[in-house]
Amino acid sequence: MTRKIKVLDVTLRDGQHQLSHTLPAEKMAIIAEQIDNIGLDSIEFGHGNGLGGSSFQYGFGASTDLEYIKTVSSVVKKTRLSVITLPGIGTRQELQMAMDHGVQIVRFCTQISECDIAEQHIAMAKKMGFEVRAVLPCASMLTVAETAYYAKRSEDFGADAVYLLDGGGYLLPDLVYDRIAAMKEALHVEIGFHGHNNMQLAVANSIAAVKGGAVHVDCCLKGLGAGAGNCATEIFAAVCDRMGIETGINLYKAMDVAENYVKPIMLKPIEFDSASLMLGYAGVYSSFLLFAKRAAERYKVDARDVIMEMGKRQCTEGQENLCIECAYDLAQNKHSSCVSG
Amino acid sequence: MKAQRIKVAILGPGNIGTDLMMKILRRSKYLELELMCGIIATSQGLELARQRGIKTSSQGIQDILKNRDIKIVFDATLASSHLEHAPLFRDAGIVAIDLTPAAVGPYVVPVVNLEANLNAQNINLITCGGQATIPIVHAISRVVEVPYAEIVAVIASKSAGPGTRQSIDEFTQTTAKGLVELGGAKKGKAIILLNPAVPPMIMNNTIYTQVSEYREALILESVNEMVKQVQKYVPGYRLKIPPDYDGKKVITMVEIEGAGDYLPKYSGNLDIETSAALAVGERIAMKMLHH
Repeated sequence: MTRKIKVLDVTLRDGQHQLSHTLPAEKMAIIAEQIDNIGLDSIEFGHGNGLGGSSFQYGFGASTDLEYIKTVSSVVKKTRLSVITLPGIGTRQELQMAMDHGVQIVRFCTQISECDIAEQHIAMAKKMGFEVRAVLPCASMLTVAETAYYAKRSEDFGADAVYLLDGGGYLLPDLVYDRIAAMKEALHVEIGFHGHNNMQLAVANSIAAVKGGAVHVDCCLKGLGAGAGNCATEIFAAVCDRMGIETGINLYKAMDVAENYVKPIMLKPIEFDSASLMLGYAGVYSSFLLFAKRAAERYKVDARDVIMEMGKRQCTEGQENLCIECAYDLAQNKHSSCVSG
Repeated sequence: MKAQRIKVAILGPGNIGTDLMMKILRRSKYLELELMCGIIATSQGLELARQRGIKTSSQGIQDILKNRDIKIVFDATLASSHLEHAPLFRDAGIVAIDLTPAAVGPYVVPVVNLEANLNAQNINLITCGGQATIPIVHAISRVVEVPYAEIVAVIASKSAGPGTRQSIDEFTQTTAKGLVELGGAKKGKAIILLNPAVPPMIMNNTIYTQVSEYREALILESVNEMVKQVQKYVPGYRLKIPPDYDGKKVITMVEIEGAGDYLPKYSGNLDIETSAALAVGERIAMKMLHH
């Protein structure tokens, strides 16, 4: 394989889900300055739910979007910076801030079948001079053809790269390979993949994506990300090295930054438990993990049931409030069956 | 003999305009639909209007302006179009009820501030998310202080047409403004999500309100009373989760099942818009008739 794989490190963005977005800008910048030396293609940072994500719905960030952008951009000199936003949560206005501080890449994330809500955003961001990437979460199973269809639409809107995002860690390697290969076949722009580790398949799925033709892969140091975490940057770099795939990543530096800068900010090690396994099994977004647990506790029901229910109701990316609704409904049903039974 | 109904027109025979037409034909006491206008002669909405004996026009706004009898127009086109139409309606002395995000005139939620705006020449209905959630925020802010209100509107993908999809940012910004101006919150935020689940879900709205103090009984009573008031013009408006305080914020959830007049029942988001439009039109017409 002669193509170089471009790794976007999302530790400082996806990792925020594990921290409930409590990493302040100054601390984020210290870590970002180190990550800048690893040899990555780009670094994404900010609130876990992207620009505009600071809210009751997702949790308030320790710093504002502008504070994150200002501090991180002032210390990262070698690696390109990326921000992400979900239309419907963040608006186009926030992008100007990013541009003013030298952020070069913006990613728009929309539920795969609703990719057209980003059409205006993609066009505007391109006009502003950003490299624009579309990120397409796919919780429930679309067919290979449907996946390629929506990916192509994102390309038509002007995206410079299109990612398949397995938000729930739900996909299996063959399923990833088929979809990425179909996207590669249908599109001219580069394809990317973002995996989660709820079924311990993030690395395997990322490799399958590379085999399918993906050029871009999202990784997190120590796998620090939502749910049971992401494809670990240092592990992915090591695996690629063993397979003769070039990433540009300095493995020792990646490991050192992971151990010395990322590990200390982790509230607890990335682990899997029944709830995170349920996310992968049922196809529910990783960012919902803590919300599902809290709602289950509040309404005194089993978090696994809440997650299963969310899967049944085909939750969409960003729909953290559904955790509350499902937990509430389950509690009501429990109550009424107790009363009548 | 004095006319018993006010003659009105609908501009924009899309989903919203057509559903509004059906509501007027089925339930209106004071409105008479004189004209249904669009710009594409073969549009389904115009065809349905013709089938029901309503005069139609594909000349856009022109035939409305030429008709001296029309006193109220419902504009269900696009924000950019309404910005062009608004001064023309004003100069012709026609009251415009704006179902686009253009917001030339004041924001109105029938149950909150319709009475105070009966003399407005142009009335804007904010967004479906605004119509759904502002009543709840208002109900809470009238009994305790609300420093911050945040709403999450989740609608079925099938209920979100090109108009919504191309103005996602405007939706969030306009709704947030409405939470402050009408809802009574000091600061507001709105989030909209489209869910492609099959079968399509009915509109779900989560309302988070930060409160200065949690006065449980007062808040519950106020919200319950408000829900009853909204149900007078939106029968499918339901309190899914009554106000619940988690120590930091009050969480309330309302869902809306549409009446199914033209749009399917899951399109509660569109139904609350057309129901609000009808309520505003009826009240203004009632006022006109008693003068």
